[in-house]
Amino acid sequence: MTDKHLSTQFDAELSGVSTRVLEMGGLVESQVAQAIYALTNFSAETATQVLRMEERVNQLEVDIDADLSAIIARRQPTARDLRLLIAISKTIGNLERVGDEAARIARTVQRLINTGVFSRLRLPVGDVSFEADLATASLRKALDAFARLDTVQALEVIKNDNQIDAEFDGLMRKLITYMMEDPRTISASIDLVFVAKAIERVGDHAKNLAEQIIYIVKGQDVRHNPVETVESIALTRN
Amino acid sequence: MDAKVDLPVTEKSKIACRDLNFYYGSFHALKRINLDIPEKKVTAFIGPSGCGKSTLLRTFNRMFELYPEQRAEGQILVDGENVLDRGLDVSLIRAKVGMVFQKPTPFPMSIYDNVAFGVKLFENLSRVEMDERVEWALKKSALWNEVKDKLGQSGSGLSGGQQQRLCIARGIAIKPEVLLLDEPCSALDPISTGKIEELINELKSDYTVVIVTHNMQQAARVSDYTAYMYLGDLIEFGPTRDLFMKPQKKDTEDYITGRFG
Repeated sequence: MTDKHLSTQFDAELSGVSTRVLEMGGLVESQVAQAIYALTNFSAETATQVLRMEERVNQLEVDIDADLSAIIARRQPTARDLRLLIAISKTIGNLERVGDEAARIARTVQRLINTGVFSRLRLPVGDVSFEADLATASLRKALDAFARLDTVQALEVIKNDNQIDAEFDGLMRKLITYMMEDPRTISASIDLVFVAKAIERVGDHAKNLAEQIIYIVKGQDVRHNPVETVESIALTRN
Repeated sequence: MDAKVDLPVTEKSKIACRDLNFYYGSFHALKRINLDIPEKKVTAFIGPSGCGKSTLLRTFNRMFELYPEQRAEGQILVDGENVLDRGLDVSLIRAKVGMVFQKPTPFPMSIYDNVAFGVKLFENLSRVEMDERVEWALKKSALWNEVKDKLGQSGSGLSGGQQQRLCIARGIAIKPEVLLLDEPCSALDPISTGKIEELINELKSDYTVVIVTHNMQQAARVSDYTAYMYLGDLIEFGPTRDLFMKPQKKDTEDYITGRFG
């Protein structure tokens, strides 16, 4: 049995949607990377660039959802095809929110620059940068796993989410200590907490994406399950 | 195929095939079928042309006996009784297991007589009782309102969809326990099809329904259980909802997603 539908048009529609999802993924990946660059390099220009990309990301979400609905209406997909489309709908929601988080970080950076904080205080942006590296790696891995429908890699993303959460907790403690040592840093530190939280949420969205990959391939919804359960489902042979 | 597919414990088996083999002359058309049709549910048979779904359906009421070169081996148990047993009266089987075909086949008589025909063969009803039975059957088939004022008119004067509902009324008038529907909507327009699908949904509260259809979306819409067949083998059988979301076998998935090449 072949992997292609009898209808080449249907094949084209499905691969078209998948390609656009990856395009959206690439966009938000880039948004996050640029937002972190803006933070660590105090670059107002880069921050503005991140915000300019938002419109494109939002439009992609709307367009892809419209394409999905059209395919479902016309093709009455079943089984694997239906699961793919349902998963894509959830995935683009997650990706759009990743874009929102990047925008949030960019706006915070703009505010910190405008109030002259960066020139007055030495903020631990390096630690935030490390947490960001973990989260962006997770996102990249999840998008790559989606492209190849790789459940093994998806499982790794799910497992690594704990590490990102732990990084965030550590960062929180550090910032609290910072605030206690010097109350003048409180306002900026709270902003950094929000940034760190936004990054932690990027990691969560990457994890959600990975869960959808397992749903597409294995046909089981692994959301809200402990890691051990997810692992046994992801690694069972079809 | 040797796979026996089990019903969930909550379902009672109305028709059970055990090692059923069927031959058209020397052609082995059904290969060791083991299957349980659940009672008072709708079961759909799907599969590409020539897979044996109509053949299997027609074994349930020994339709094949009309043709000498067709023969069945194994067992078909309806409520535990083997209908392939030579000793059983085939018309009694057909009173219990009714059939509706793809092409509507109203008898060349009035609407009333169409419905009453089978009943007269098996039961001795008074005129009043017969009137009631005819009305009941036509109401059950969602046809009564359209024909109640013209029961004396010929059945062939009805539209395709109405004729098919007349055939269903005729089938249920003798109060069978099982209804076999062989592509009942293939010759009908979408609205008539919709009406009959609605009807099937209501019928299952009283009857066990088995439907053969080449329209997968119809199978997905109307049935509780689906059996996928290919080249005389039963490939997969299960709750429709599961089979169409996450089939067990790749062959099944390839067929229902249109990857069948």
